[in-house]
Order: sequence, then structure tokens, then C-alpha cells
Amino acid sequence: MSVPHALLALLSGGPKYGLRLQNEFESRTGEVWPLNVGQVYTTLQRLERDGLVESDEGEAARSQKRYRITPEGERELTDWLHTPPDLVPPPRDELVIKVLVALQIPGADVHEILQVHRRHVVEVMQRYTRIKAAAGEDDVALALVADAELFRLEGIVRWLDAADVRLKQQPSPAPAEIVELTPEATAEMEVSQ
Amino acid sequence: MSSALELRHVSKTYGSGPTEVHALSEVDLTVERGELVAIMGPSGSGKSTLLTIAGSLEEPSNGEVLVDGTDLATVSRSDRAKLRRRAIGYVFQDFNLLPGLTAIENVTLPLELDGTRAKAAKRSGVRALKELDVAERAERYPDELSGGERQRVAIARAIVGERGLLLADEPTGALDSVNGEAVMRLLRAATQRGVAGVVVTHEAQLASWADRVVFLRDGHVVDQTTAPPGPETLLAAGDRS
Repeated sequence: MSVPHALLALLSGGPKYGLRLQNEFESRTGEVWPLNVGQVYTTLQRLERDGLVESDEGEAARSQKRYRITPEGERELTDWLHTPPDLVPPPRDELVIKVLVALQIPGADVHEILQVHRRHVVEVMQRYTRIKAAAGEDDVALALVADAELFRLEGIVRWLDAADVRLKQQPSPAPAEIVELTPEATAEMEVSQ
Repeated sequence: MSSALELRHVSKTYGSGPTEVHALSEVDLTVERGELVAIMGPSGSGKSTLLTIAGSLEEPSNGEVLVDGTDLATVSRSDRAKLRRRAIGYVFQDFNLLPGLTAIENVTLPLELDGTRAKAAKRSGVRALKELDVAERAERYPDELSGGERQRVAIARAIVGERGLLLADEPTGALDSVNGEAVMRLLRAATQRGVAGVVVTHEAQLASWADRVVFLRDGHVVDQTTAPPGPETLLAAGDRS
């Protein structure tokens, strides 16, 4: 989620105060991504420094300033909308790494590990679906945000299902045959949640 | 009060000797009125067998199946057929509407087969079609309906009358994800009105509409979800920029 670009998009509809930007940001993302007003002002400051927005009151308190998008800001917004996000190289995926590591551990029940994650992901999906169900079918912004999460999570479940089937079809090799985990490789696998 | 559906130590074996296949092994499952349960599992996990046994379309090799407190093994074949018609509604992947009958005739057919008079059956049928928001298509034939409308009619047929148990096998069929979601909303609404629902699916997004998801692997119930916390815990997840 790019907060600077979302604020540029909101300002493209006309000049606005910081508080109004915060409210509009939350309502247009179905209130799934809360944004504190401090973060709005910090982002606006950065955008102003980079010449992408300008405010009309030089020395006024930040809450008194009204911000507007500049022509450079318009260009930046258009470029961003038309540029697909960087998908290569793939992000380091903790779940994939966990399963690869589990294959190395004698006695580890990989299918059980897959199931623990499958259940957890489906439980999170149930929560997003509750949000959609409670909101009704006409809340398009919320449905789009919830759908984005649901499709992402469903992708994880499908990967878990495929891993389950693949591992079941394979004769169990000796752990060392699967992936050669050197100390360097293991260190590289350090991931953050 | 008895549960709408109860499976106790249900097993199902096909064939014998070297060709013996254990489709279900010692499955326990209870579904209450007002509850929607999804059964998730890969192909061959036994989920469709579970549904046909729950719906009394097939008998278990071992174990007990109770619908509304009635042990299906203790009733005669004809009483079992009556229970199937009166208490259980089915929704299939390919809708299974009879092409020569209109939407309303498809919906009222199970009631009329059960001896309900035509006028009363029609009243119930129209009510069911209204609940599914497709009453204005009542006189249309299945081939005059869109995929989404056909599935609404199929769900209306499954809930018409006093049915307390709704069984659905991959009910969104080949519908796209938005129309599939509409079907799940309808099933959820039906269960919230007091029907017990069981949906078999391999799709996590559809299963996530259920109150509880039961995971089936190689004929065994291996796991199930716990009651999900409220959505507010997600909304407080914070910014991810």
C-alpha cells in the first residue's frame, strides 16, 4: 500500500486539509487500512519537499494548511498507476522456507505442518469474509480490499494443497538429498514476520 | 433438542480384499440448526461420500447417521425416502434442474411428489423463489435462465417447504467468483434463518463463508477451524506501506 500515492490520488480531486485526507483515505479503502493523522502530515511534508504537492500557508500550523497536487505530482501519480508493481525477484516467503526446512528435519510431520498453516489461513479468510458479509453487496471499496486479501490468502492455501499432493506422491528421500542447506544458505533464509 | 445432523463413527468402504478402498474412516460430525459447515479436502478425500451418506443417498458401512435425531438405520426404506424428500434439500454442482419444467415447477416438484396439494406447493414455491430474489423468473424454463439464476432456483428447490438440512456439493459450479460469492451469501442467509447447511468444496474462498470449516484427508477428519474472532482484530492490523 503506497500512502504517498494514495494521498496524491485524493488531492487530484482538489485541494484538501490533512484531516480530510485521513478520513477519505480510510473510507475509500473500506476502513481496512487505518492511517493516523501524524502519518498523513509526515507524508505530506515529504511530498512537499519533493515538489509533488504544495500548501498555501507557509508558516501556518500543519492542521491549518491546505494541500494541492502540483503538475509534477500529477505526472508521478499517472506513472505510478500505469506501472505494475515489482514482482521479480519473488519475495522471501517464510512459509516456503519453513516447509523446506521441515523436509530436512528427521521425524518432522510435514503434512501436519502444512495443515496447521492451512487452518490458520482459512481462519483469517473467514474473518475477511465476515467483513464482506456484514458490509453488504453495495460496499464496493470494502469488497475490493477484502477480495484482494482473500485472493492472496487463497493462493497460499492452494500452494499448501499442491505441496501436500506433491509430497504425498514423492517417495520420502533421505533428508540430505532434498536441498543442500549450507550454513550460508541457512543464514540467507533468515526472515522476518 | 437434537442436532440437525449427526454422524457418529461413520465409515464407508468400497470393494473388498486387495481392491478395498476406505472412503471414510470413523468420521464424527455434528451440525446444528443455523450453522453452515464447509467440508474441505482434495479430490478423493471422501468429502462427496460424506455428503451422500449425510443425505441418506448412500448407507455407511459402519456408524450411525442421525437426521433431526432420527437414526436412519432404524427406519424403513420408505420412511427414509420420505425423510429425504421432506427434511433434506440438495444443491448440486450442475444444478440438476429438469429442463422440461419451469422454474416454479422445478421448485414445487419435491413437495408435490410428497403429496402436497398443487396450490399449497405453489405458494411455498413462490415464497422460496422470492427469498432467492428470482420470483419474477418463475415461469421461465432452465435454458432461459442465466447460470446464476439457475443456481438460485436450485437453492430455492432445496429450501422449499420445511427442510431443516441443506446439503450442497460444490454448489458454485462453474460460476465466476462474484456469482459464486452470491450463491454462498444465499446459503449463508438460508442457514441464518435456521436451516443447517453442509457445503462440500475444495475452494478456500467459498469455505470461508462457513461458520466452521472441517478438513478431510484420506477419509479422516484431520482438523477444523475454531470460531473466528470479530473483524475488528483485522482492522487494527495497522498500515502496511
